Amino acid sequence: MVESIVLSGTAMGCIYALVAVTYNVMFSASRVFSFTAGALGMLGGVLGALFIARMGLPVALGLVLVLVGGALLGIVTEIVAVRPVLKSLDQHLYVLSTLALALMIQQFTAIQWSTEPQPFPRLLDITRSEFDQQFWLPMLACAAVIGGLELLYRHTLIGHAFLAIAEDNYAARALGLPERGLRMTSYALAGVIGTLAGFAGGEMLLAFFANAPMLTFYGFVPVALGGMGNNRGAVVAGLLLGLFQQTANFLVGGIFASVAVFTVFIIVLLARPEGLVGAALQRRV
Amino acid sequence: MDTQATPEPTKLRASRANLPGSASTFGAALPFLALLAIGVAFPLFGGGYWGVIATRACVYWVLVSGLNLVVGFAGQIAIGWVALLTLGAYTTSVLAAGNVMPALPPYLALAIAAPVGAVFGLIVGLPALRLRTFYFAITTLGFATIVTQVALAWQSVTGGGVGVPGPVFPEPFASQWGFYYLCLGLAAVCTWMTANIAASRFGRALTAIRDAEVAAEASGIAKPVLLGTVFLFSGAVAAVAGGLFAALQSYITPDAFTLDLSVLFFIAILIGGRSSVLGPLLGTILLTVLPEFAAPLVAWSTFLYAVLLLVIVLAIPGGIAELLDFRNRRPLESDRAIVPQPLLVARLLDAAPAAGSLTLDQVGLSFGGVRAIDGLDLEIRAGQVHGLIGPNGSGKTTTLNVISGYYAPQRGAVRLNGAALPALARHLRARMRIARTFQTPRIVGSASVLQNVMIGGTIHGHGTFAESLLSLPRHWRDEAMLRDTAMLALATVGLERLAPVRADRLQHAELRFIEIARALMLRPAFLLLDEPAAGLSVEEITRLSTLLLAIARAGTGVLLVEHHPDLIFDVCHHVTVLNLGKMLAAGRPAEIRSHREVVNAYLGG
Repeated sequence: MVESIVLSGTAMGCIYALVAVTYNVMFSASRVFSFTAGALGMLGGVLGALFIARMGLPVALGLVLVLVGGALLGIVTEIVAVRPVLKSLDQHLYVLSTLALALMIQQFTAIQWSTEPQPFPRLLDITRSEFDQQFWLPMLACAAVIGGLELLYRHTLIGHAFLAIAEDNYAARALGLPERGLRMTSYALAGVIGTLAGFAGGEMLLAFFANAPMLTFYGFVPVALGGMGNNRGAVVAGLLLGLFQQTANFLVGGIFASVAVFTVFIIVLLARPEGLVGAALQRRV
Repeated sequence: MDTQATPEPTKLRASRANLPGSASTFGAALPFLALLAIGVAFPLFGGGYWGVIATRACVYWVLVSGLNLVVGFAGQIAIGWVALLTLGAYTTSVLAAGNVMPALPPYLALAIAAPVGAVFGLIVGLPALRLRTFYFAITTLGFATIVTQVALAWQSVTGGGVGVPGPVFPEPFASQWGFYYLCLGLAAVCTWMTANIAASRFGRALTAIRDAEVAAEASGIAKPVLLGTVFLFSGAVAAVAGGLFAALQSYITPDAFTLDLSVLFFIAILIGGRSSVLGPLLGTILLTVLPEFAAPLVAWSTFLYAVLLLVIVLAIPGGIAELLDFRNRRPLESDRAIVPQPLLVARLLDAAPAAGSLTLDQVGLSFGGVRAIDGLDLEIRAGQVHGLIGPNGSGKTTTLNVISGYYAPQRGAVRLNGAALPALARHLRARMRIARTFQTPRIVGSASVLQNVMIGGTIHGHGTFAESLLSLPRHWRDEAMLRDTAMLALATVGLERLAPVRADRLQHAELRFIEIARALMLRPAFLLLDEPAAGLSVEEITRLSTLLLAIARAGTGVLLVEHHPDLIFDVCHHVTVLNLGKMLAAGRPAEIRSHREVVNAYLGG
């Protein structure tokens, strides 16, 4: 029993962590949290089921198409919901514009795909085992994304440019960095990571439109607890969240598990609004 | 030009006639009365299904009217308010059905739902005091999901997925139209109450929290108490709406309370426009009725709401209310001058007895490795203007922020007449009659100039939130007092002609004088001014200095952070020069002007 809690908890934790990283990548590039993070995760599952199960495409091609779709949606998010409101960041209009876009994606999926959860295909043709692909695929995806991002940020020029934009937008622009291009690239990257999360976790989450608000919430918990823009914090907090949730699931049942997660989230946030590893407050006057 | 003469009080009163919330109250109420008349006459035109739609619009508005104070006025992004509708619906239904205890009469059940909703409104809302926008939005979203899940799981009480029957209200509200009139009546009461709040000092304080939080704090507005009260009220009416909703549905299951409903409520407010009651009312009616006109669109309604939200945010952030605001489209005079009337200062500040002194005693504060202020001594005396000058980054604004409580000094103390000021208790400064202005004016752009100035006097009101809600006499006395004082303050700084204009239409210099008028509303014993002359013309600076001298003569101690040497040397009785957080020199203006180090470091030869 403990084994299955640890396995499913870690796997769910990896999915939450990936959605959290999606939030972070968008936040670093624009100082904006986007409600579309959960919608991207949901689309990873729905598009995967659409391309592979319904249209019968090969798994590899399906994956590529899903990720391309995510990247495109990321770019659309940047153009439609983020760029127009960046000028007035202090009015927090981005909360509304990204919420509107996320709702549009979710409703469109509900109407055009299905309002019921649909099965997600098995990606690899191997028999089920204790340590099944539905558990290790999310873990693999999470490890790959974190490793990839570390390589990107530490060892490539464009990665340094991302860091520069995240650190100080104005200074980066003054240095002549193409801020808009980098921001769009970041959103495309976030789209890829978000859909990958839903794709890798497809077998656990199924292809279901209502995964969007669920992932929007549970994916934000590690962001809040791990500190904004902090990917390592997000992974640690995501794994803790997954394990906590699955344990509570087993001990007190699914519904009160979500109540428990919510309560812990609120209490921790109220005690430390900047997150467990957060930075100090900004000057307001 | 007779600029120095004291205007007759009648003249000030006369100019009130065209201000919002006074003589034009009837004009402002006209659209509401028209809507009510249509609502009362509605059963004559429509029937059957349209009756259900009209009832639904009324029920939704009962909830939205309260949520409007949270979202539209206080600017808190509460997107999960359907949770309180759910709670109210189940509380009323379960009590009326007698699932847990002997069945109660439906009206009593509905009445009990209100306090239950109030408590939960407070619980859902409280995180807003600590968490920023997106975080708060997410917590309300989480709460909405969880309430539905609990309703599903707690089968013994809620009936789980099977649900419970809604309450049936006995005669005279049992028939379709009877029930409709009950809902319409409650909707009208809610409209009246929230419109009262909107036009009260509480409504203005909420918009100040939304658009200019630091100015709200400096005016002594206690955010936790005010937001807490609003969450209680909003939760209570949402739960009542829930009870009515359950009766309208006649049978409720958790499926009935989808997030789509929350989205409808939230978007109705944004479409309607912030700081408006009429706008969100029209928005609610629009969103309830719209899908009915195009049957194939019903499935797409939430999608369309989302599209509408995006369009509103990107194209008309002001919503319907701004589209209907014809008065503020008339062009303003282009060559208007700010002509303060310093003689009015004494009348405005007359209740203020000269108070002792505000002193900084060896105050020190570092940010990381940077010593922003390093052992600073300063004394601001009643009736004097104290200049604080120095190069950029020398710690002037930081000093001001320590006094007004934004930073706690790490060493030393700030004392008012010898007693140490509590560190970081910003909103308490106003009660000690310490007022301030800001380097960048902090103004509620969507409110009128008069309303902005009235915000400064918020703590002088005596009536409670409940009295304003019900429009009791003390509410009216507060309003009349605040309006008269604010008109006097505006006349003092020379802006009374702009009183009814939206503040975001004014020029920069005018905003600086509005901030001074707002600060004077506190009848301050000490007034802290952060670069009041920045962006002013030479002429305006001269007028400002006359005004500042008049304020000091009335007994107020003024701390003036400035860069304009002329202004400093014209009005200051005493000048302190800062450099790198330390006092470089202090003394009378004449001494400072010839101080060799000051000339080298700052003034220039």
